[in-house]
Amino acid sequence: MYSKKPINYYSPFLQITKALKELGSIGAMFLETVYQTFRKPFKLNYIFKQMEFIGVNSSVIVIITGVFTGMVLALQSYHGFRKFGGEGLVGATVALSMTRELGPVLTALMVTGRAGSAMAAELGTMRVTEQIDALTVMALNPVKYLVVPRVVAAFFMLPVLTIISDFVGIIGGYIVGVKLLGINEGAFITKIIKHLDLDDIYNGLIKAACFGIILSLVSCYKGFYTSGGAEGVGRSTTEAVVVSSVSILISDYVLTSLMF
Amino acid sequence: MEDVAIRIVDLQKSFGEQRVLDGINLEVEAGKITVIIGKSGGGKSVLLKNVIGLIKPDSGEIWIDGVETTSLSERDMNNIRMKFGMLFQEAALFDSMDLFDNVAFPLREHTKMSENEITSTVEERLKQVGLTGFSEKMPSELSGGMRKRVGLARALVLDPEIILFDEPTSALDPIISLTILDLIKQTQTYFKKTYLVISHDILGMFRIADKVAMLYNGKIIEYGTPHDIKRSTNEATKEFLNATKIPGFTGGDL
Repeated sequence: MYSKKPINYYSPFLQITKALKELGSIGAMFLETVYQTFRKPFKLNYIFKQMEFIGVNSSVIVIITGVFTGMVLALQSYHGFRKFGGEGLVGATVALSMTRELGPVLTALMVTGRAGSAMAAELGTMRVTEQIDALTVMALNPVKYLVVPRVVAAFFMLPVLTIISDFVGIIGGYIVGVKLLGINEGAFITKIIKHLDLDDIYNGLIKAACFGIILSLVSCYKGFYTSGGAEGVGRSTTEAVVVSSVSILISDYVLTSLMF
Repeated sequence: MEDVAIRIVDLQKSFGEQRVLDGINLEVEAGKITVIIGKSGGGKSVLLKNVIGLIKPDSGEIWIDGVETTSLSERDMNNIRMKFGMLFQEAALFDSMDLFDNVAFPLREHTKMSENEITSTVEERLKQVGLTGFSEKMPSELSGGMRKRVGLARALVLDPEIILFDEPTSALDPIISLTILDLIKQTQTYFKKTYLVISHDILGMFRIADKVAMLYNGKIIEYGTPHDIKRSTNEATKEFLNATKIPGFTGGDL
């Protein structure tokens, strides 16, 4: 059916061209998604369903990740700060690391693994079983029905999950620092209040929203343009997780350097 | 109403080096069942997808109800698509929805019917395809034949003028194939819509076809009634027909 002409996939120029083409297609899908988001009819029930899947169903895994990250941060920084008698700063360290960096990034990575992979697999299966074509044939825009709900839901739910992660992370730090390691409770809390600004939290949440768009868009894109049956669905799912995760980490650096 | 529902003029489509459609000319008559026969991988699906606008041709024209569709914008094409229903090869039911919601989906998206009207319409359609009482089943719980019947119900639910069938009997056993073919024939006799079927199941298709077109090497090499095709002197057509005969067994004779 398709050209059998051998292509040298190892040529670096071809790889770069391919990557740029893909970036362009993702950009085009983003524009189409934005356009369809603000066009009637609004598919609110689809969005709520995805919010439940991306947000509510990810909360347990985000809580576990957040608590243990906060706990290990407290433990590590306690041993460092103790050398020069700065145990009181453990609380502030945990709070700043969680809100500015680890809360949004770890949440985004966990949601990528859980929901991003599912998006790519589901859309990929819909593609190879012609369900996406069926939508087109019914004169319905597949981006509106499949991509928009997922991107909008991720955009709103990632900040919510990040707030939860920030909060339980600090609680985890408090449990380890104050209850297990015996840091003065007053010092722990006042240092957090002194050093943690609302801006730290806001910027973390803005990052989270951006990560939400990135991971959902990349995962939907990979699923949407799947070809090659079951093997293709597997490939799309892997690529969705890898590309989303790498994009999250790269954009995290860019966003951080712009914000702080 | 015009007699020709779909007019295809010199349609060409290549994938890379391979020319899949090499100048297709075909007139699909309104209110009839037209079957396009050809071997697997011979471009039948590509032709069908060109008609519905899932694939854009390299050159050529497709006229549907007097409108040339290959150059239309997506929005204008969607107006044309509203005239169509399509039964996909694997039925392409939405597997996140039960059967009722699958058949109700086009009604909910394209009409202002109340839920009560939708319920009665969907029940009626499921009854037509012999699936009363299955409305709460999920597609994954059904056999291939049942899925195709639901796909047919969904394709017919908005009363489209033209219904496309992509290999309606592939991957089905001969008995189930017959029930699907009978269902296609029955609904067509009842609703008098235009049916365009692509298939390599030549025996099955001769049961239902009003007109048969033979696709070979990217061209329509033969077009006529099943009777004409059976008497064809064309080598490629004869080869295709002979392949269905089983030596020493009359059941395969046409």
